[in-house]
Amino acid sequence: MEKPILTGEMFTQGDIAAAEGALAAGCRFFAGYPITPATEIAERMAYRLPRIGGRYIQMEDEIASCTAVVGASYSGLKAMTATSGPGVSLMNETIGLAAMTEAPMVLVNVMRGGPSTGQPTEASQSDIMQAKWGSHGDYEIIALIPSSVQEMFDLTIRAFNLSEQYRVPTFVLADEIIGHMRERLIIPPEDELEIINRKKPTVPPEEYLPFKPETDLVPPMATFGEGYHFYATGLTHDQKGYPVMTDEAQLALVPRLCDKIRKNADKITQAESTETEDAEILLVAYGGEARTAMRAVKDARAEGMKIGLFRPISVWPFPKDQLKDAAANAQQVIVAELNYGQLVGEVERIIRNEVPVHFIPRVCGTPHTPDELMKEIRRRIK
Amino acid sequence: MTETSRISTIEEHPILEYIRRDRLPHIFCSACGIGTVLQSFATALRSLNYDMDNMVIISGIGCTGRASGYFAADSYHTTHGRAIAFATGVKVANPKLKPVVISGDGDLFAIGGNHFIHAARRNVDMLVLCVNNFNYGMTGGQMGPTTPVSAITVTSPDGNIEHPFNLVSVAAASGAVFVARWTALHARRLTKSIEKALQKKGFTFIEVVSPCPTLYDRYNRHGTGLEVMKKYREISVIRNFSDPMQAEIDYRTRIVCGEFVDSEKPEFSDLLEEHGKKLQKGD
Repeated sequence: MEKPILTGEMFTQGDIAAAEGALAAGCRFFAGYPITPATEIAERMAYRLPRIGGRYIQMEDEIASCTAVVGASYSGLKAMTATSGPGVSLMNETIGLAAMTEAPMVLVNVMRGGPSTGQPTEASQSDIMQAKWGSHGDYEIIALIPSSVQEMFDLTIRAFNLSEQYRVPTFVLADEIIGHMRERLIIPPEDELEIINRKKPTVPPEEYLPFKPETDLVPPMATFGEGYHFYATGLTHDQKGYPVMTDEAQLALVPRLCDKIRKNADKITQAESTETEDAEILLVAYGGEARTAMRAVKDARAEGMKIGLFRPISVWPFPKDQLKDAAANAQQVIVAELNYGQLVGEVERIIRNEVPVHFIPRVCGTPHTPDELMKEIRRRIK
Repeated sequence: MTETSRISTIEEHPILEYIRRDRLPHIFCSACGIGTVLQSFATALRSLNYDMDNMVIISGIGCTGRASGYFAADSYHTTHGRAIAFATGVKVANPKLKPVVISGDGDLFAIGGNHFIHAARRNVDMLVLCVNNFNYGMTGGQMGPTTPVSAITVTSPDGNIEHPFNLVSVAAASGAVFVARWTALHARRLTKSIEKALQKKGFTFIEVVSPCPTLYDRYNRHGTGLEVMKKYREISVIRNFSDPMQAEIDYRTRIVCGEFVDSEKPEFSDLLEEHGKKLQKGD
């Protein structure tokens, strides 16, 4: 049997790194449907999973793919799918089901230009809000955004860990730049990886309440075939999992589904601040665009500009305390995204008119060059 | 033991061990066919002494979609139409599990039609029990993919103009290895077919033609649930192994019942496992 974890160095693509990260995290089930620019993840999984005792299945569409992932998760396997925006549009139905029935699952969205079929082969960061608000109703998800091939690997592992720990659908939101970029990937030895598995019930089946939370607001999870004989439904349910249509049942369930993420946000959020301590200008960028921004900041620093970069790594939940720290001395904040205005709204909400927040959009399929980005920054700063 | 004492020892209904008794009473209308289907299914489990640790009961949305919630088993109520896709994930992830999908005609063949034909094509091991009552009951009796031409529903108030699916024909053409149709009147034959299907490995399908006295049968002036059952007795014929393409389903003239397909074909999770084993050995 081949090794599930390919410890060592390789020169590879972001999509492949996501697949390898998933396998390293213990993922043994993948269901998907071909779509540019995420197909390489499915291709890698189709090759790798059967060789390490896992299961790969290509489904008839993205709705089925995501639903099969939830079925596999409830059957005890760590499970994932990978797609792009149009696929996520279809999967959103099941994202809601997974949130409602608290199924751990990971979805890698390699973002391309939209709306609709848009620009399949081009880069974009325009599904940031779709990840947060894609399905109907009040719920929370977790979304992580990698900026390198290494982070595609690392954050896919973290996505599995968070998904298992909080029983919540977790996104890896990669832009096409990172998905198709090739660079060095270091896969550590197995014993250096931190792997988190879902909590299992400690009570006998007759005492088990499948949706009774513990103090972290997360209920332990039995899986099918273990003799617990539990019921789960997308309907509003009580701790037994039974449908209940009362105000009380909705009140006991929906706030908890949100609060298990909101109240644990300090353990989930992740961000990186570079040269922000004395920064009078704070640039905010993430994913592929953060690489351009990093270069622009270095160049501007060399010219004496007091500028720093804040890079949210978890976008949902948003690292707001880290942003406030990074913006402590900023007189202006500039957000650069490969879209027409998405995460900038969240930044404005947190900065609250204390200093001006400028926005640099980019809706075509190629990223800024560092020079273009600097030109845009200079046009905006007073 | 005298006759009297023997009777007095029957304290509860024999299928209750398969039922979540704390969920009773159920939500189904009086004279609805779903009750018969659930009773037949539970009776089949009992006569097979089925190991319930190896079964997952899954349903979609609608009246029949509520079925999964009444069984004391691992059970899951998916979104509309997705029960079969969920069941595929279950079977592939843990091949020891037998998924049983119990759902309605609209759920399985309109919104879930794509999943049905593809799971049948792959021959994923599961039993799909379809309660066909010719309309969407939960939402108030709208027309659906099995509503007969000219039938009255709330969204075909002047008579349905669409051609309906013949479900056993769809199942057979898609590759199901066991295909049967019964009406809610044929409780014993239905139970036998369920037993047979549960013992087969592969995609098995049973359609149960069912009264909907609250909506469909009322709009179409078919009378009470009892009258609908009497009509089933009058017009149904059993034609085992006849061509499912020709299996007529017409409330005015004839409903052809029986077991139409019982064949063997390699099952998907077995193929997947075999494929994996070969690759793991480095073949």
